[in-house]
Amino acid sequence: MRGDEREKEWALLMRAGNAGDTDSYRRLLVQLTPVLRAVARRGLASAGMADTDAEDVVQETLLAIHLKRQSWDEAAPIGPWLRAIARHKMIDTLRRRGRRIDLPLDDFAEVLAGGESEPNMLVGDVDRHLECLPAGQRNVVRAVAVDGASTGEAAARLSMTNGAVRVALHRGLATLAAKFNMEET
Amino acid sequence: MKTGDLIRALAADSEVRPMPLGRALALALIPGVAIALGLHLAILGLRPHLLTLLGEPRLPFKLCLTFLLAALSCALVARIARPGVSIRRMTFLLAIVPALLAAAILAELLAVPAAEWGQRLVGTNAIFCLKTIPFLAAAPLVAALLALRQGAPEHPALAGAAAGLFAGAIGAHLYATHCPDDSPLFVAAWYTLAITFVVGTGALAGSRCLRW
Repeated sequence: MRGDEREKEWALLMRAGNAGDTDSYRRLLVQLTPVLRAVARRGLASAGMADTDAEDVVQETLLAIHLKRQSWDEAAPIGPWLRAIARHKMIDTLRRRGRRIDLPLDDFAEVLAGGESEPNMLVGDVDRHLECLPAGQRNVVRAVAVDGASTGEAAARLSMTNGAVRVALHRGLATLAAKFNMEET
Repeated sequence: MKTGDLIRALAADSEVRPMPLGRALALALIPGVAIALGLHLAILGLRPHLLTLLGEPRLPFKLCLTFLLAALSCALVARIARPGVSIRRMTFLLAIVPALLAAAILAELLAVPAAEWGQRLVGTNAIFCLKTIPFLAAAPLVAALLALRQGAPEHPALAGAAAGLFAGAIGAHLYATHCPDDSPLFVAAWYTLAITFVVGTGALAGSRCLRW
């Protein structure tokens, strides 16, 4: 699929996600992941750094895309928005690790993502930050993410209301994203 | 955590839909400006005979210029909140404001004898102006920074400066309806200095609180 067609598809999925279609939204994130991974590897490589951190960058970028998705204007193309977020998170990562480079990410949607499989990560940044979350949020994020429970199942398992699970999940994810920022100072 | 696990959690969280950014911006900025307006009317009040003085060109120029700055910088804040949106055209548009001010200074220098320039520049209320514009700008600045936190500004300090420009312009526009010094020379010196202070404060605050 050509780059601009791919971006149109992503925009469709994002609009559907914004309208409440969680399945389209999940498909969007799944489709973006290998592209983000290739971009992260290339960015780290061009800064002369090992690409073992690439998956951390991917996860942090996915979190940012999710938490800032309202900042995409549905009438605008999605490519520049995605590129800007990916670049921002890449630069953040390099700055945290003491590098600063000018990062060209122009052909984002043209990036070939073939063969870029997910590496086996024992403990990533997200896991470290997850440990620092308040227990309520941590349990909900774990139940939904790692155990694959729906919010309803998580509510039943943790003896919480659906609403409380949703709030804890959202706060937990927002806290995770904030932890990345607190690291740099 | 595997990336697939994270995606599952993000998809589950998308059941809760965030407020569209445009509405979030309006919901923050409108109360901020309303507080400034309330403080202005309660503490300073309008200048006596404001409407009858509008026939003289300097006063409407001052009011229009600060209003234009507020409107353009509000549009700048709305754009800078969104990643991947270019602000270059907005920046060029904003340059109209100093250009208009420069033209007005020239006109003033031609219209007024040189002996009066100094008195017009210093005015009657310079220190009060320097204190009041930042005072009136405080609530709009907090509001604009909170609004920008809902977005994802690529350059936090720059976004904070834009918030400061908007807030400073609101403060200046409100103060302009009170201040008896109408000369473009006064506006260029003291209003600019006061707004610059608010812009700097915004940039400093933005570099701290607008990271994401």
